[in-house]
Amino acid sequence: MTTPLAEVASSNSTLRAFLHGLPGVDRVGADARAAMLGTRSIKTTAKKQAVDMAIGMVDLTTLEGADTPGKVRAMCAKAVRPDPADASVPPVAAVCVYPDLVATAVTALAGSGVKVASVATSFPSGRSSLEVKVTETSLAVAAGASEIDMVIDRGAFLAGDYLKVYEEIVATKEACAGRHLKVILETGELATYDNVRRASWLAMIAGADFVKTSTGKVSPAATLPVTLVMLEAVRDFHAATGRQVGVKPAGGIRTTKDAIKYLVLVNETAGPDWLHPDWFRLGASSLLNDLLMQRQKMATGRYAGPDYFTLD
Amino acid sequence: MFEYAPAPESRDIVDIRPSYGLFINGEWVEPQGEERHKTVNPATEEVLAEVAWAGEADVDRAVGAAAKAFPLWSGMPGAERAKYLFRIARIIQERSRELAVLETLDNGKPIRESRDVDLPLVAAHFFYYAGWADKLSYAGFGPDPRPLGVAGQVIPWNFPLLMLAWKIAPALACGNTVVLKPAETTPLTALAFAEICRQADLPPGVVNIVTGAGETGAALVAHPGVDKVAFTGSTEVGRHIARSLAGTRKKLTLELGGKAANIVFEDAPIDQAVEGVVNGIFFNQGHVCCAGSRLLVQESVAADLLEALKRRLGTLRLGDPLDKNTDIGAINSAEQLAKIRELSEAGEAEGAERWSPACPIPDRGYWFPPTLFTGVAQSHRIAREEIFGPVLSVLTFRTPAEAVEKANNTPYGLSAGVWTEKGSLMLWMASRLRAGVVWSNTFNRFDPASPFGGFKESGYGREGGRHGLEAYLAV
Repeated sequence: MTTPLAEVASSNSTLRAFLHGLPGVDRVGADARAAMLGTRSIKTTAKKQAVDMAIGMVDLTTLEGADTPGKVRAMCAKAVRPDPADASVPPVAAVCVYPDLVATAVTALAGSGVKVASVATSFPSGRSSLEVKVTETSLAVAAGASEIDMVIDRGAFLAGDYLKVYEEIVATKEACAGRHLKVILETGELATYDNVRRASWLAMIAGADFVKTSTGKVSPAATLPVTLVMLEAVRDFHAATGRQVGVKPAGGIRTTKDAIKYLVLVNETAGPDWLHPDWFRLGASSLLNDLLMQRQKMATGRYAGPDYFTLD
Repeated sequence: MFEYAPAPESRDIVDIRPSYGLFINGEWVEPQGEERHKTVNPATEEVLAEVAWAGEADVDRAVGAAAKAFPLWSGMPGAERAKYLFRIARIIQERSRELAVLETLDNGKPIRESRDVDLPLVAAHFFYYAGWADKLSYAGFGPDPRPLGVAGQVIPWNFPLLMLAWKIAPALACGNTVVLKPAETTPLTALAFAEICRQADLPPGVVNIVTGAGETGAALVAHPGVDKVAFTGSTEVGRHIARSLAGTRKKLTLELGGKAANIVFEDAPIDQAVEGVVNGIFFNQGHVCCAGSRLLVQESVAADLLEALKRRLGTLRLGDPLDKNTDIGAINSAEQLAKIRELSEAGEAEGAERWSPACPIPDRGYWFPPTLFTGVAQSHRIAREEIFGPVLSVLTFRTPAEAVEKANNTPYGLSAGVWTEKGSLMLWMASRLRAGVVWSNTFNRFDPASPFGGFKESGYGREGGRHGLEAYLAV
């Protein structure tokens, strides 16, 4: 890893040589490691800590065609005060919405400390021209988004046009004007773990602040082994360059049990330095209520019915 | 920091009697002699139970019971024998949690391993050989292969119940009856298995369990009524058994020591190779005959791999074996601990560099931290002798040919692992390594359908798979 990373992207062939020179990922081994870490038993005090940590890492998300200002405002209220009956519950990290609803969310969250993330770059498919993607990013930033979740051009990646993917990320990063850039790899479409590792490095070299698994619109979305491979990538990138990059699994994480498995994965792969909302996020919506339910159960010893948790 | 709170598996599920007799002819009987032995939990040195020490007269009685049961058991249609074996397999599954806790208490291995590796494999082994019992005519050993008679089986302490399954399941499937001696430090799951035989209504005398130490085992293999001897353990004892059986009609299989090479090439999937190296030598505290105790790493990636390996060892969790998050349990006995210490000190004295992660060691019990030695030469004792503990010797190589030469340059030949993303190199290596098992981008993977056994001083005969039937048939 002595190659200066700027030079790596000087042409498609140097980029290709670098990405294909990364160590391969053995699928069977990666699956087995993720499954083993999934058997860690997190109980009592550790579980309490994990639940609060997970709540603070949630990017509470709504990305539907049917989203309205009312829906977004309701979700923002939940983000700031997840449990109306218990002020000790921490707020979530951010809300994640479509660009046209950023302004609504910014107003609703003013002064709360909860960040507004906007998807951009023709989410979820990314099938548009660079001009459209950059403009969309700029508009989201202008509307007040502090984080941008972009998608990569998977078609270009699978066609081997790594430079195109790289240049789009660089251009989007520029349009972010200092805002946090999360790069969605859509690992369900990249299919192999080798591709996941290469795409993670490609995004990091291009300046990503976060690498994110999925849009949530493609199945499979986030999985433990894919997240494991991405955590290994950010760990190795940090060792090689000194720059720390965050990881965000998104889609399909619905239960506290799932969320805790991800935290264990972070703890034992990238290490405890990543166990902070600045470096790890969980893209989810229904997960939050399950975390609240488990939190209350630990406090009172009883499960409350689902009607005791707000549906927003 | 994210500290995992203690998550101990409850031991209330097991019911350990204060004292055990011998299991002969379907009954618990008292030994003729007075001698008894205490079996302890190696993690705490707590006494778990007192176990009988079988003498020659007791062994004679057990072999007699097995001989008496042989006509009935071998004359039974294979499909009928299969019913018993399937029943045993199901009972093992039903009682797997209890058996896992018992195994962990008596052996010191982490509950995660006894629960997720040992017990599933034990049940799978019985299911697998149950399936063969009525298909022996199609196993490639002639139209009607016959069993041998009474099998005398002596097993080690590293996988007590799994080694019992490896021995008993094929023997019974083929129509033999059995006298089994578990290791002196880990008799409890074999005694629990005796109860399972009763629960399954296995005819009396088909399985007999005699506890004891080396003398009991020697009496068993020397008994004239035994037709077949199967032994898993040290090469030293195996040699002794082979000598004592020379010139007799007894059929013998031996599964002995190893000093396996885990070979990592520069194009290996590095993160999985690190996992494979860890699993190869630290699984079951390295108490594994096929452990990857020599890491052969290509010099061009040695520094990177070692750094990754050390980082990974820093995350291993050593401690209470019953804690579900424990990765490294206790060393099985004080005697074994002394042996590991002696060889590790020899490694330092010979000039290799010793490294262990920061790792608190419990006050009571037998413990040894995960350890690796760098700068090891082929001539060092730690590169040649089986340590049978969590100690890895790291050597380097430059070319595939040198890797093969170093890997094969050992009197053992039980297993090897090769890590490369290049298929042609993998096949080239596999065809040149003199080892019973060659793992490709993995290590310590077991399956009842796969034969297992050694080259050279690692023993002879195969266990598992169709090949495993041969040891228990007159062919």
